[in-house]
Amino acid sequence: MHYTTAHEDTELIQLLTPDGELRDHPDYPLDISTEEIRDLYRDLVLVRRVDTEAVALQRQGELGLWASLLGQEAAQVGSGRALRANDMAFPSYREHGVAWCRGIHPKELLGLFRGVTNGGWDPYEHGCQLYTIVIGTQNLHATGYAMGVQRDGALGEDGTAVISYFGDGATSQGDTNEAFNFAAVNNAPVVFFCQNNQWAISEPLERQSRVPLYQRARGYGFPGVRIDGNDVLASLAVTRQALRSAREGQGPTLIEAFTYRMGAHTTNDDPTRYRVSAELDEWKQRDPILRMRAYLSDQGIAGDAFFTEVDSEADDLGERVRRECRELPEPDPLDIFREVYAEPNSHIDRQRADFAEYLASFEDAGANEGR
Amino acid sequence: MGTKLTIGKAINAGLRAAMDSDPKVLMMGEDVGKLGGVFRVTDGLQKDFGADRVIDTPLAESGIVGTAIGLALRGYRPICEIQFDGFFFPATNQTFSQLAKMRRRSAGALSLPVVIRIPYGGGIGAVEHHSESPEAYFAHTAGLRVVTVATPEDAYWMIQQAVTSDDPVIFLEPKRRYYEKSEVETGGALSAATPMDAARVARPGNDATLLAYGPMVKTALQAAEADTERDIEVVDLRCLAPIDYDTVTASVRRTGRLVVVHEAPLTNGVGGEIAARVTEECFYHLEAPVTRVCGFDTPYPQSRLEEHYLPDLDRVLDGVDRVFAY
Repeated sequence: MHYTTAHEDTELIQLLTPDGELRDHPDYPLDISTEEIRDLYRDLVLVRRVDTEAVALQRQGELGLWASLLGQEAAQVGSGRALRANDMAFPSYREHGVAWCRGIHPKELLGLFRGVTNGGWDPYEHGCQLYTIVIGTQNLHATGYAMGVQRDGALGEDGTAVISYFGDGATSQGDTNEAFNFAAVNNAPVVFFCQNNQWAISEPLERQSRVPLYQRARGYGFPGVRIDGNDVLASLAVTRQALRSAREGQGPTLIEAFTYRMGAHTTNDDPTRYRVSAELDEWKQRDPILRMRAYLSDQGIAGDAFFTEVDSEADDLGERVRRECRELPEPDPLDIFREVYAEPNSHIDRQRADFAEYLASFEDAGANEGR
Repeated sequence: MGTKLTIGKAINAGLRAAMDSDPKVLMMGEDVGKLGGVFRVTDGLQKDFGADRVIDTPLAESGIVGTAIGLALRGYRPICEIQFDGFFFPATNQTFSQLAKMRRRSAGALSLPVVIRIPYGGGIGAVEHHSESPEAYFAHTAGLRVVTVATPEDAYWMIQQAVTSDDPVIFLEPKRRYYEKSEVETGGALSAATPMDAARVARPGNDATLLAYGPMVKTALQAAEADTERDIEVVDLRCLAPIDYDTVTASVRRTGRLVVVHEAPLTNGVGGEIAARVTEECFYHLEAPVTRVCGFDTPYPQSRLEEHYLPDLDRVLDGVDRVFAY
C-alpha cells in the first residue's frame, strides 16, 4: 500500500537516489569537492544529533517545547550550504539545520525554546534572521529585504541573495501569496524555499493545496522547481542555481523540497492520532543520512574511520548541547522592560521603575530578616 | 518662514523634507505614485524622488507592511500609506505580531523605523470601512508609538519626527481635517520642534480640562470658546502611546475637572485609560468624576447618521456641564 502522498507523481529533481546512487542532472551540475561531500554528511549527522538531544531535553523538562526537524536535514543542510556569507536567510521555526549552516550555536536555539530569550542571536552577524512563529510572515520580510538589496545595487556575482524558509502549511497563508506577488512584480532577488514535509500539524497536504506547490510559482510569473528534499546534493545544487539567478537579477524562484516530517510537529503533538506508522516506515527508506552514507561508502569517498570519527563528534556535540542548555542563564526580571522601544518611553520607564522598587522591597525584607 | 498650509499639504511638505534629508526614506502604498494617493497627500513625490523611492505596491495591506519590515531590516526607513482606516485590518498580523515585537524579540539587534500613515476617523460622508477610529488597538500594543495631529504645524513637524524615530510609528491623519488651513513655520531644525510624544495645551483655562486629539481638537476648542461662563482649558494629546501624563495631570491638578473626548467607541477606549490614570494620580484634586464624550459602542454608522455618532459641540458641552454638576 502506498501512503504518500498527494501530488507525488510530478517531476522531482534528484541527484542522489535513496540507494545512494549519484545521477547527473543536465540543468543542475554538482560542482563540489569530495571534502565538501564529506562535510555535508557530517552536517547531516550533527544536526540530527542536536535535534535528538533537544527532544530529550524537552522530555526532561529542560525545554518548554521543541520543533523537531527529523527527516528534513537534507533540505536544510543542502540549501543552507548553498548560501554565501553575505546572503540573508529568513527562517521559520524548524530551521535548526539552516541555523547550523549559518554558524548559529545550538544553545542559541535552545534559549528560545527554554524560554530564556525571545530570539537568541544577532541576525546580521550570522546572515540569518530570527525564527518566526506566525506562519508565513517571514516571506514578506524576505521579499522586502530583497527589495532593499535591489535598491542598494547589491546584485551581481558578488552580490546578495535572500532565501526564505517555510512549510507546506504556509503556502495557504495570505502573506505567502502576497510575498510571491510582491517578489514577482518587483523582480526581487529572493528564493522561496518550501519544505513540503506533508503535514501541517495534523493537516495533510491535500488540505493545503489542490495543485503541486511548486506549480504555484508559475501563476505569479517565476520558476518553480520540485526537488527530492531528502537529497542533500539536489538541495545544494538547485538552491545554488536559484540564488545565482536571484543575484544576477533574474528574480525569484520557488523551490519545493519534497520531504517528510518523521517526528511530531512539536513535542506537544501526537502524530499517531492522525497518521499511520506504515507511512513513516516508507519514508524511513528515504532517510537522507542513510543514502549519503551508502554513497560515501560505495564510492570509497569515506570509510569506517570517517564514520566513527563523525559519530564521536556527534557524541561530543550531544554532551555539549545538554550541558550548555542547563547552563543557560536565567533572565533578569527587569529584562521584561528591555528593548521594547529604541527610544525612551514614559509608560515603560514608569512601570520598570515601579517594578524595580517592588522587587527591591523583597531584598530589603530579606536583609532585615538577616539582622 | 511661515506659510499657510492645509494639514494635507503640510504632511506632503513634511514627507518631502524627510525624503530630502535621508535617501533611505521610502514611501510605499497603493496609488501613492502618479495619483499622489487618494487624498493627494503624496502628490508629486514620485515625480521628484522616482519610482524606486515612492513605490506603488500591489493591493495588499499585509504585503505593504510586511515588505516594509523587510526593507527596514535592510536599513531603509519606509513610510507606508494605508488608504483608509478600515483597510488597515488585513495588516494587523504584520503590525502587531511582527513590526511591534521584533526589536524586543532580537534584544535590540533589529530596528524597525517604519511609519504607517493612516487617514482615520469620520465626518466625510463615506461608505462603510472608510470612517473608523482604530487608535485603541494600536495604543494597546507594546512596541508601537501612536501619534495623531490636529494642526498643519504639527502635521509638518510630527511626520518628520515619526520618520526619524527608530521605533515603528502609527501616524493617524484626521481625514476630515485634511483641508484645515493655518500658518506653518517650516524653517528651523527638526530637533527644535516640540517632541511628538508631548501633549500640548491648545487653549489655557482654569475651570476644567477638555482633553482631545486629532479631529476632535477643533471641536473641543469650539466648545471651550462657546462656553462663555467657564474658563475651559483644552489639551491636545498628540501622542496616544506613550501618553504624556505629566501634562495631563498638571492640567487636571489645576482645573480639578476633566472631560475626555474622542470619536472612537467609548468602551475600552483611550478615554477610559486616561480616566483611570487621572483618578489614580489626581484623586484628591478632582472636583468631579472624569467624564468621557465618545463615539458609541457600535459599528460606525451609515454616513447619514454620522453627525449623531460623532461627538459635536453640544455633546461636548453637555459633558462639560456634567463635570460642573458636582
